[in-house]
Amino acid sequence: MHTLTTLAATLPAHLRADTIAPATETVQAGVFLVGPLLIGLPLLSAAVLLLLGRRADRWGHWLGVLASAGAFVAGAAAFLALLGRPADARVVVVDLGTWLDAGQFQVDAAFRLDPLSLTFVLLVTFVGTLIHVYSVAYMEHDDSRRRFFAYLNLFVAAMLLLVLGDSYLLLFVGWEGVGLASYLLIGFWNHRTPYAVAAKKAFVANRVGDIGLIVAMGIMVAQFGALDFDTVLGGASELSEGTATAMGLMLLLAACGKSAQFPLQSWLGDAMAGPTPVSALIHAATMVTAGVYLIVRSGAVFDAAPTAQLVVVIVGAITLLFGAIVGCAKDDIKKALAASTMSQIGYMVLAAGLGPVGYAFAIFHLVTHGFFKAGMFLGAGSVMHAMDDQVDMRRFGGLARYMVVTWLTFGAGWLAILGIPPFSGFFSKDKIIEAAFVPVDGQPWRAWVFGTVALLGAGITAFYMSRLFFMTFEGQRRWSERSDGSAQHPHEAPRLMTWPMIILAVGSVGLGGFLALGGRFVTWLEPVTGHVEHEEPVLPAWVLIALTLAVVVLGLVLAWRRYAVSQVPVVPPLGTALTRAARVDLYQDSVNDALLVEPGQHLTRSLVFADRAVVDGTVTGVGRATVGLGDLARRVQTGYVRSYAATTVIGLVVLVVAVLVTQS
Amino acid sequence: MSLTHYLVLATILFTIGATTVLLRRNAIIVFMGVELMLNATNLLLVTFSRIHGALTGQVLAFFVMVVAAAEVVVGLGIIVAIFRTRRSASVDDVNLLKS
Amino acid sequence: MSAVLGHALSAAPLGMTALDGGEAGTGEAVLFWVLGPIMVLAALGLLFARKAVHAAMSVVVVMISLAFLYVAQDAVFLGVVQVVVYTGAVMMLFLFVLMLVGVDASDSLVETIRGQRWIGVLAGVGLGVVLAGVVGRATYGPAQGLDAANEASNPVAIAHVVFGEYVLAFEVVGALLVTAALGALVYTHRTRLVPRVGQKERADARVAAGAHPVSLPAPGVYARHNAMDVPALGPDGRPIDDSVPRVLRVRGQEADAAEFAARTERVQAGRLAGTRFASSDPATGDGPTPPPAADPDGARVNVPDLDAAVSDSGQHGPSTGPRGVAGQEDQA
Repeated sequence: MHTLTTLAATLPAHLRADTIAPATETVQAGVFLVGPLLIGLPLLSAAVLLLLGRRADRWGHWLGVLASAGAFVAGAAAFLALLGRPADARVVVVDLGTWLDAGQFQVDAAFRLDPLSLTFVLLVTFVGTLIHVYSVAYMEHDDSRRRFFAYLNLFVAAMLLLVLGDSYLLLFVGWEGVGLASYLLIGFWNHRTPYAVAAKKAFVANRVGDIGLIVAMGIMVAQFGALDFDTVLGGASELSEGTATAMGLMLLLAACGKSAQFPLQSWLGDAMAGPTPVSALIHAATMVTAGVYLIVRSGAVFDAAPTAQLVVVIVGAITLLFGAIVGCAKDDIKKALAASTMSQIGYMVLAAGLGPVGYAFAIFHLVTHGFFKAGMFLGAGSVMHAMDDQVDMRRFGGLARYMVVTWLTFGAGWLAILGIPPFSGFFSKDKIIEAAFVPVDGQPWRAWVFGTVALLGAGITAFYMSRLFFMTFEGQRRWSERSDGSAQHPHEAPRLMTWPMIILAVGSVGLGGFLALGGRFVTWLEPVTGHVEHEEPVLPAWVLIALTLAVVVLGLVLAWRRYAVSQVPVVPPLGTALTRAARVDLYQDSVNDALLVEPGQHLTRSLVFADRAVVDGTVTGVGRATVGLGDLARRVQTGYVRSYAATTVIGLVVLVVAVLVTQS
Repeated sequence: MSLTHYLVLATILFTIGATTVLLRRNAIIVFMGVELMLNATNLLLVTFSRIHGALTGQVLAFFVMVVAAAEVVVGLGIIVAIFRTRRSASVDDVNLLKS
Repeated sequence: MSAVLGHALSAAPLGMTALDGGEAGTGEAVLFWVLGPIMVLAALGLLFARKAVHAAMSVVVVMISLAFLYVAQDAVFLGVVQVVVYTGAVMMLFLFVLMLVGVDASDSLVETIRGQRWIGVLAGVGLGVVLAGVVGRATYGPAQGLDAANEASNPVAIAHVVFGEYVLAFEVVGALLVTAALGALVYTHRTRLVPRVGQKERADARVAAGAHPVSLPAPGVYARHNAMDVPALGPDGRPIDDSVPRVLRVRGQEADAAEFAARTERVQAGRLAGTRFASSDPATGDGPTPPPAADPDGARVNVPDLDAAVSDSGQHGPSTGPRGVAGQEDQA
């Protein structure tokens, strides 16, 4: 720490203009140096685990837990330090010096500690640590547990870099690191081909999104000559609307790739191939929220581009419904949860697209969702643990009696996502629905359309989450035999697994109310999101709450009647056309195949053909022509003396003729 | 009769000798074709010697004869040697120079 | 022919003198027009003769004719050298090698290289046309004639030139000849890689291989007919297969020696008994008294006894030799 301090002290201070937060303070010392430390801890741990190899097998997982927990402690320290400051001094940039220096263009190795990034830091490290602990037990019988923890640590480090970086470039490094860790973890059991393919799919879909981020950065460099947040966001309001829209759409593309939003949503379902803790950590609580973070962080850009904002809202709305519909048909518990994740992130994106009025609620929902969805994923892992890795919900049923802790914690998450008061989801989701109903000047239809979609989504969410819950824990037993032929003996998971679930369940129950109390979370975020005066939705707030509760209860009751009271068939019924479509993710893969993959393959094949025929053809053609000419020339060399003699005589004749012709 | 007739005769003999070299396969006959060509040349030399009134042409023809004799000795030696190893006197059988 | 030759030899210088220069006289023209077609035909014979010897003879004709033309053109020395060196030495060497190499398929006129015939004909014709064009288009000064140069006779004049102006070339050519002779020796030399095999070595090899050292025994010593197919019996009484001509053995016409061995044994037994008891009837020759020469193995026969039996048999009965034996057997 001392070295860092002296190093930082020698560097010139950068004064930054600030238009978003009341003030941006650049520091080179003090408690906020924990920012880089936060990232370094898990990164170091990952390096140690990977480099030591099998020698670290016995204690490696605990090192991973320790690194994650250490990062949480450091994050909490920074949080407390920031909390101790006045609200207008809560944006701190820790500048470690120049990172890239290329002529006019310069990027600092700077880390930004503000309410938004610290919220993410706490979420990532806290939930991450819990999942680390859970994984110690969950992955106990896996030979590669050490490697798993190395990847988890790598992921945590990358995610922290993503949220703490003070420039889009640094964010991009974390962004790619997260993608890499996600790839490694989805394909953790890559000896099974479908899992490896799923990992590849996630990686490719993420790369598509990355193009957006790269292009957006290109626009930024062209416009501002810099990539740090202060410059870009500070200058965003002076951009022409076209440039801002282009930048916003590119950022949205990046967000879509990372957050599995329409139309880049297809990888998330397949990403469930990874171990369940990975699904909980990466594909529910943290990584997929990076897109929301990006949109909220780039709020100034979107504020300057209403069109891009509208597109964001539309994407969020579509994904919200898309995920909800898919979730209704999935029988695989993890894939149903994945669809739910997609839908909930759709809510967040929708909120983020609403502008300053929704930023805080998007992040608020993100935090609560991180808790209850992680809890439910861990619960799902616990169920799978108990049911011999069975994931088909039609083969569950009546598990509540056998797994009380899992049942209770899962139930907490279930009620939270439904938005039943006073569980946390109620406070966050209800605020989003309310924000969606806030009228926009000149476009009165927007409030109604998006508000209705959000309301409808809540109802469908209630239906499919209740379906999931009832099929798993209530109703009759439909258990399959274990893989070795013996009967199922569901049992509660070990304490290392239950305690994280309990803690997350506590968060699911109380975090929302705690943070919503007096609007303290919104206030806490104000240095980033800006202060927004409360605006009245088109309908009174209490009507909206009542309506929301009504559709939620309606969905719950429907699910209760179909999946708890009546018999659930073990073999899925044919179902309606919508159900069948939803089972195959509304044909997303077919659409992708038809629109992108096959034309791409055709293009590649024709390019390969062109390469072989034209490029290689030219190259090898020259060689072939040479060989052919040589072959022709070789014919002359028959080896027969008489042929050579004939050549000589012919040459003589030609020479004499030439002489005769020229002399005459 | 003009001395040109000798030249024409020499030309004809030379051509026939060259054609023999091109068309016949027996190495000895081919060799005789070469000899015929040399003789035709000698005739030319002798005729030109007469035309120019100098004996140099005859001397040159004499040297040609001597060299031809040497050539015949070596050439026939080669033919015999080849015949011993390949049991053939055909020039077409000696085509090992082919690729 | 000899008249023409004589005319040419004697008249050519005179003709030259008479015509004052290099122009050919009438005698020379006659000689040319007689020899020219002959030479061309002979040359064509080289081109088309199926047999190499014929080709060689054609070349001999061309060369001798050339010698005449040389003499006619005031090159007496060259004419003689032409006959001696070319016709006498070179062409004889050719003929010698022809005999050595023999006649083989390469004498055939059938073309084996695709297109070579056409290429050759075209090239030859083209060459002829081109050379004719050169000869025809060239302009020659007036013929000088060699009278002045040959004042002290042609060989002397040539000697002056050769040993004067071209003496170095002459020496070099001499070296070339020696080298060529050596080269020909080297070419035709064969290194002996295995020891020489003479008559003694061959005989030793045969004996070492186990061959019969002397002539084979004749077949059919005791036989009913011409006996070529009956093997001779060895001193041990066993038939000797080698005594039957190989042709009969290969064709399977060999008689069974054992059969004859049995018969001769019986005859011998009877004859021996008869000899011993002179009055006994031949019909009872194989009577109770066993033949003393019959060994327990029954195959062993004493050859001198057999000889005696045969001679006895010849003296004994009206029918000679084998007939008598056969007749006795038939009765038995």
